[in-house]
Amino acid sequence: MTKPNKLYLYFRSAGYTILVIGLLCLMVTSLLFHSISPQLWGLSGIALVTLGSLMVIVPDRLQQHVAHQNNELWQNNATSRGTWAWLLGVVLTGFYVLLYWFPETLQGLILAVEPLSQLLRNKPSDQWFLYGLFYTLAVIIMGVYALLKYRNSRYHLIRTASVIFFQLGFAFILPGLLLAFNQREYYFSYFWPLKYDYLFPGTVSYLVDNGAALGVFMVFWGAVFSFLATPVLTYFYGKRWYCSWVCGCGGLAETAGDPYRHLSDKSKKAWQWEVAIIYPVLGFIIITTGLLWLNSYMGGSLLGRFSSGFSRSYGFFIGSLFSGVVGVGFYPLMGNRVWCRYGCPMAAYLGLLQKHLSRFRITTNGGQCISCGNCSTYCEMGIDVRWYAQQGEPIIRASCVGCGICAHVCPRGVLKLENGPTEGRYQGTTLIQRDDLKILN
Amino acid sequence: MQQNEEHVVIIGNGIAGITLAQRLRARTASPVTIISDEAANHFSRPALMYVYMGHMRYQDIVPYPESYWQEKQISLIHDRVVSIDFENRTLNLRQGQPVKYSKLVLAVGSSAVYYNWPGQNYKGVQSLITLQDLELMQQQTIGLKEAVIVGGGLIGIEMAEMLQSKGIAVTVVVRESLYWRSNLPTAEASLVTEHIQNCGIKLLLSSELKEITGDEKGNVTGIRLTDGREVRCQFVGIATGVKPNTAFLEQSDIETDKGILINHYFETSIPDVYAIGDCAQFKEPAPGEPALEQLWYTGRQHAETLAETLTGKRKRYERGPWFNSAKFLNMEYQTYGFVPRAWDEQQYDSLYWQHSTACKAIRILYEQQTGQLKGINLLGIRYRHDLCHTWLQQKYTIHQVMQELKAANFDPEFAKRYEPALLEQYYFKFPDHSIEKKETTWWKLRKLIPSISKTTENC
Repeated sequence: MTKPNKLYLYFRSAGYTILVIGLLCLMVTSLLFHSISPQLWGLSGIALVTLGSLMVIVPDRLQQHVAHQNNELWQNNATSRGTWAWLLGVVLTGFYVLLYWFPETLQGLILAVEPLSQLLRNKPSDQWFLYGLFYTLAVIIMGVYALLKYRNSRYHLIRTASVIFFQLGFAFILPGLLLAFNQREYYFSYFWPLKYDYLFPGTVSYLVDNGAALGVFMVFWGAVFSFLATPVLTYFYGKRWYCSWVCGCGGLAETAGDPYRHLSDKSKKAWQWEVAIIYPVLGFIIITTGLLWLNSYMGGSLLGRFSSGFSRSYGFFIGSLFSGVVGVGFYPLMGNRVWCRYGCPMAAYLGLLQKHLSRFRITTNGGQCISCGNCSTYCEMGIDVRWYAQQGEPIIRASCVGCGICAHVCPRGVLKLENGPTEGRYQGTTLIQRDDLKILN
Repeated sequence: MQQNEEHVVIIGNGIAGITLAQRLRARTASPVTIISDEAANHFSRPALMYVYMGHMRYQDIVPYPESYWQEKQISLIHDRVVSIDFENRTLNLRQGQPVKYSKLVLAVGSSAVYYNWPGQNYKGVQSLITLQDLELMQQQTIGLKEAVIVGGGLIGIEMAEMLQSKGIAVTVVVRESLYWRSNLPTAEASLVTEHIQNCGIKLLLSSELKEITGDEKGNVTGIRLTDGREVRCQFVGIATGVKPNTAFLEQSDIETDKGILINHYFETSIPDVYAIGDCAQFKEPAPGEPALEQLWYTGRQHAETLAETLTGKRKRYERGPWFNSAKFLNMEYQTYGFVPRAWDEQQYDSLYWQHSTACKAIRILYEQQTGQLKGINLLGIRYRHDLCHTWLQQKYTIHQVMQELKAANFDPEFAKRYEPALLEQYYFKFPDHSIEKKETTWWKLRKLIPSISKTTENC
C-alpha cells in the first residue's frame, strides 16, 4: 500500500456504503416482496451492488502498484480462511442451497428481474435466469478486478476479456435470445462431457425433430466440439483454450475466484483425491452416454425407466451439489477451482489430451528458479509448480488449466506458457542437476 | 552407488548446503547430515520478503517438506555449532551431543556489514538476511510511518518494497549517483533509479550515512548524512552488503581472509574440510572472476561441483558463463555473461536499446575487434537462459547472436517484441551485415544444443 490518496479513500468508503445499501435493498426485496415493489427495490439493489463494488474495486486496485497486488492475502482475514471467509462461504453455499432446493424463497428476487427476463428472453423470469444474471454480473464485476490486478500483462488482459466475453455473450445473452425466438435454450460454449446431456439420445432426437435447421446445427456443433475441435485445439494450445478462455466455470474462477486461488490444497493427498474422483466421473459419463445410445437403438429395452432417472440423480450430485454448492460456495475456504479440479468431466477429458496429445507445456527458464514458492502458492489447481521449476523441468500436468498466473507471480520471470513440438517435450535444462525422485506416483 | 561409511556433515542449510546434500545422495548411500541453527528445514531466502508482504506464509517458502529429507535419508539437526575440533573431527553443539564427521563442509553463509556508525545499536536498526531478521522486522515495523534504508543494492530494494507494502514511507540512502550503479552501466542504472522513484520510493543519491539518532529509550528517531541532512524515521534497514560468516572460526587454525579461503576444489587449509557458497573465498580466483561469489545460483553451482569431488571424482570448479537475476518492484532484471558497470570503449562496444516510455532495456556487449559476445543485460525483458548460455560458452560473435536473437525471447505470449528495434541498431552499426530472413525458433535451435539432460516422465 503506497500512501493512499485521500480522495481514493473517500471514494472507496462511499463505495462500501452504496454496496451495503444495495445488499439491504436485495434483502428487503426477498423478504418483503409482497408489500413493496420487488422490481423497484430489487433492481435498485442490483444496480447499487454493482456500482458500490466497482467503486471499491477500481480505486483499490489502481492505487496499489502492480508489484503489490497480492499484499496481505495471507494476512487478511477474508482471504486466509478467517471469520469473514467462513461467513462469505456460508452465504454463498446458502444461496446455492436456496437456489437448488428452495427456489420459492428467492421469489422476491425472481420477480425483481422479471423485466430483464422479458427483455432478453421474452419469457417470465425463473430462478435460473436470476442465477445466470448474478453469475454474469459476478464475472463482469470481478473481471474488472482481474483486469486491473493483472494490468501489466497483455496475456491476462486478453484472457480476462475472453472469459467475460464468453460468459456474457455465449452463456447469458445468446441462450436468452434463443428462448426469445422460441428455440431451445442452448449454450454454445459448453460441450459434452461437461454438458453431458447434450449428446444424450433424448436431447439429440429432440433437437433434430423439433429444432429444425438450428437444432441440427446445435447437434452438429456439440458433436464437432466434443470430438474434433476439443482434441485439435488442445493439441495446439493445451487445456487452457477452454478452461481459462471460454468456460463459464473457469470464467467465474478466474474473476470472482481470483482472490482465493492461493487456498487450493497443494498436498499429495489432495492430488490423490483429485484423480480418484475426476476420472471416475468422466468414465461414468462415457459409460452412461454409451448405454443410453445402446438403449435407444434397442428401443428402450436395455435400461427401461433407468435412463430418465439417471439425469436427475447425476444432476443432483454432480450438477448441483458439486459444481455449485461446493464448487463456488467453498471458494473462500478451498480455493476457486474445486469443481474444475475434483469434479469436472470436461477437465478430465481435456487433461488426458493435454498430458498425452498436446504441444503445450510451461517451460522453466534454465537454472533461474530461486524456489520462492509464489508459483505453487498461486496455482489454483494445487500443482506444486516449484517442484518442477527448481529442477529446471517443464511443467506438464493433466490438471493444469493454463491460467498463467504462476508465470505472472514468478519474481524472476522463470516460467513461460508455450506450445512447442511434442518431441523432447519433457526435456529440462542442462544448467542444473536434478533429482530423479517423482512427486506423483 | 559406492558404499563407504564416510559421514559428510554440512553446516548450513541454505541453497549451497542442501544442494550438496541432494547431490551427494544422488551418488552415494553414505550418511549425510545438515546442521543449521537458523531453521529446522531449508527455506528460500530470497522469498523472505513475500512472507512479510503476506503473499505467502512461512510454510510456503519451504521447498522440500520434512518427509523429503526422511525419504532421502539426510539427517537434519537444528542446533548451533559453537566450536569445531578439527583434530578429532568433532563438532560441538550448543544443545545436542557432539557430532563426528569424516568430511566437513562449511556452507555457513554471510551476514550484513555494519560500518560502525554511531547509533547502529538503537532499537529499530536491522538488516534482513536471516529468518530471525524477518521475525524482528515484522515486530519492529508495526504501525510505523517512516523508514530509511541504507544501501542501494538488491537487499535494499527488497526492504523498501516490503516496507512500502505496509504503507510506510520509505527513503533509501544510496552512496552512488544512481541506484545499483556499482553493478550497472549508467543507462541501466538510470532506468532502475527512475523506476524506483516512480514507484513512490524516495532515493537520496550520492549520499552517505554518518550516524543514526535515537531517543533516551534507545529507539531510533532518524539518521544524519555526511552532508548534514537529516531524515526522520522509526526504522533503519541496513543493506550495505554482506560479509562471510567466519567469526565462529576465529579461534581455530583454518585459514580465513574475508571469507574461508579455498582452492578451486573448495578445499580449505585443513584436510577434509571444505567451504562453499557465500562464506567461501577463492584464494586465487580465475581471471575475471571474483574471489567471493555470493549468489543463490553460484551457491548451487559450488555444491554441484563439490558433490563430485566428495564422491571420488575430484573436480575443479569451472563456473561457466555468469548469470543473475533480480527484481526492482515489478521490473525484472536478467544478466548473462560479463557486463561491467563501465568498460574501455576501445576494447568493447554494445548495442543498447531502451523503450521510450516503459521500463525496458536490452544491452548486448561485445568485443570491438573480434565481435565476440561478452554479455547481455535485460531490464523488463526475459531471454532464454539456455540459449544465452550457449552463445557465451560457444563464443558467438554479435553477428551470430543477431541471427538467433528472435529465438531468445522468453516474454509471455502476446507481449510486444522488441527485437526489431535492436536489429535496427545493429544495422546502423554494421551496415554491411544482414540477417537471414528465415525464421529461427528456439525449438529448432534446441536440437542443436548438446543436451545431456535425460527426459523424465512426471505425473
